[in-house]
Amino acid sequence: MKRNQNPQHYNQKNVPDEWFTWRKKDIREQELVARPSLSYWKDAWRRLRKNFLAMSGIVFLSLLVLMAIFGPILSPYDANTQVLSEQYQPPSAEHWFGTDNAGRDVFTRTWYGARISLFVGFMAALIDVTIGIIWGGISGYKGGRTDNVMMRIIEILYGIPYLLVVILLLVVLGPSLSTIIIALTVTGWVGMARIVRGQVMQIKNYEYVLASKSFGTKTPRIIRRGLLPNTMGPIIVQMTLTVPSAIFAEAFLSFIGLGISSPNASWGVMANDSLGAILSGNWWTLFFPAFFISFTMFAFNVLGDGLQDALDPKLRK
Amino acid sequence: MLKYILKKLLIMVLTLWIIITLTFVLMVSVPGSPFNSEGNSNEIVQQNLERHYNLDKPIHVQYLLYLKSVATLDFGPSIKQPNQTVNDLLGRGFPISAELGLITIIVAVISGIILGILAALRHNGVIDYLAMGIAVLGISIPNFILATLLIQKLAVDWEFFPVATWKSPMHMVLPVLALATGPMAIIARLTRSTMLEVLTQDYIKMARAKGLTPWKIIVKHALRNALMPVITIMGTLLAGIMTGSFVIEQIFAIPGMGKYFVESINHRDFPVIMGTTVFYSAFLIVMLFLVDIAYGILDPRIKVTKKEGE
Repeated sequence: MKRNQNPQHYNQKNVPDEWFTWRKKDIREQELVARPSLSYWKDAWRRLRKNFLAMSGIVFLSLLVLMAIFGPILSPYDANTQVLSEQYQPPSAEHWFGTDNAGRDVFTRTWYGARISLFVGFMAALIDVTIGIIWGGISGYKGGRTDNVMMRIIEILYGIPYLLVVILLLVVLGPSLSTIIIALTVTGWVGMARIVRGQVMQIKNYEYVLASKSFGTKTPRIIRRGLLPNTMGPIIVQMTLTVPSAIFAEAFLSFIGLGISSPNASWGVMANDSLGAILSGNWWTLFFPAFFISFTMFAFNVLGDGLQDALDPKLRK
Repeated sequence: MLKYILKKLLIMVLTLWIIITLTFVLMVSVPGSPFNSEGNSNEIVQQNLERHYNLDKPIHVQYLLYLKSVATLDFGPSIKQPNQTVNDLLGRGFPISAELGLITIIVAVISGIILGILAALRHNGVIDYLAMGIAVLGISIPNFILATLLIQKLAVDWEFFPVATWKSPMHMVLPVLALATGPMAIIARLTRSTMLEVLTQDYIKMARAKGLTPWKIIVKHALRNALMPVITIMGTLLAGIMTGSFVIEQIFAIPGMGKYFVESINHRDFPVIMGTTVFYSAFLIVMLFLVDIAYGILDPRIKVTKKEGE
């Protein structure tokens, strides 16, 4: 009704021709998407970038990895050389983090410790993921009886107290870097397998999987291309939480006397060695390993939280 | 419901059997005889051990006898302390460890839930950030480091609390604090996230519309549903508190089971290690079972007969 009263309104007759241009008929150009498409990962990264805590976690961990690689090289001291005349030197220009009960440079030992702790953490997470993906993938995809049997096994293993088995294994195998990693992964993969299975079971019923099945795609390819990429989100989140728990477990084991044997410095061993020292006022021997254990766990935890939010498309604003 | 309980019971028994067998296999596979370690010159102990473990008999007989001794809760003598059996150590240590564990759980659950509720009610407010900051720190700082810090500051520097041992309520403050912080943080985070979810539900709006006081809405309506996830992780938390107590008892010189356990590890006192492991595992597995059952009873939505798979 209003239309006719509106002076701004143009009807077909008084629209000037110069407003229009002829376009070539080009189907390909018409189909172009105007803005760059955001892949799942780009979108997740965009959201993760806005999360201050998670980003500081990434920065801290990157620096830590760099220092673990280059720290011992940069330092003029050797991690295991004992200089008894320089026992318990407080932090100074020469020894940035001070020296410990055997006169060893805490700065150098801290980065050696980082190597060992991070190595244990990453290896444990990697092995967990590998076994978890295979077990959970097969169990979730096959379903039915296979799934039933595989899940019962998981349920039984899940009930076994994790650290007790680790302790038991280490008592028998004897603590070393490889046995600790083996012990940590013997029942550690169970959680990962559960997550992968849950994801696979959900996704395998989606239409696109049905579509690719009806094209005659072979099962391994469906699993590899269709299912696994879409389960990656929760797997990565779980991984970021596995690494700190492995680091914690390693520190815990050092603490009850099952750690990597003493000249090799892991953070747990360093903290354990300096427990007595703190009461006599030599706080730095405990402070630096304790600080790095806590901060690494903190960084992984906030990163895991951030990734969880960023990788979940449902939380998209 | 009965079917659900029976199924869980069967799994529990299987898990127990596996851990007992694993313990046996590991004990047998220790290089040499675990009972011939150096410093073990006591003839009588040696004979007692060989008799108890029937080391002269074939392996399957040993296994059956071992199963029998576990079933009758007889874990045999200690190697390092000639007059002690594993049962003596357990009998002395368990009540103290149980006390520590129980107080820790109560403190962790109550403070964790309160912290979680406060954070959820002031979502994105100062209290929320503060509570979640505490929670992330609590998860990140290993309990043995926290324990050392607490001793250093509160006991040595400021002399508020005694440094160690387990005698009066004042003695209990620091160990419980060190042990409860981690679980508290986990509970707080969980309570917060489920509370946030629950508070947006229609029935909460309905309760508000009816004009109920916020207090009533939270306690009678929201909290009930928000606590279900907390119950599901109780098993994991219990395991964490138990293993945590190994270290805490060691640091604070509390004469509980954990302290004996760590000592037995350091001395490679195999019968004690085996006995305590089996005891701890059995205890935990039964607890997990009870948590499962409690969950099945408490949550009316759980269809106990449904097939696994969410």
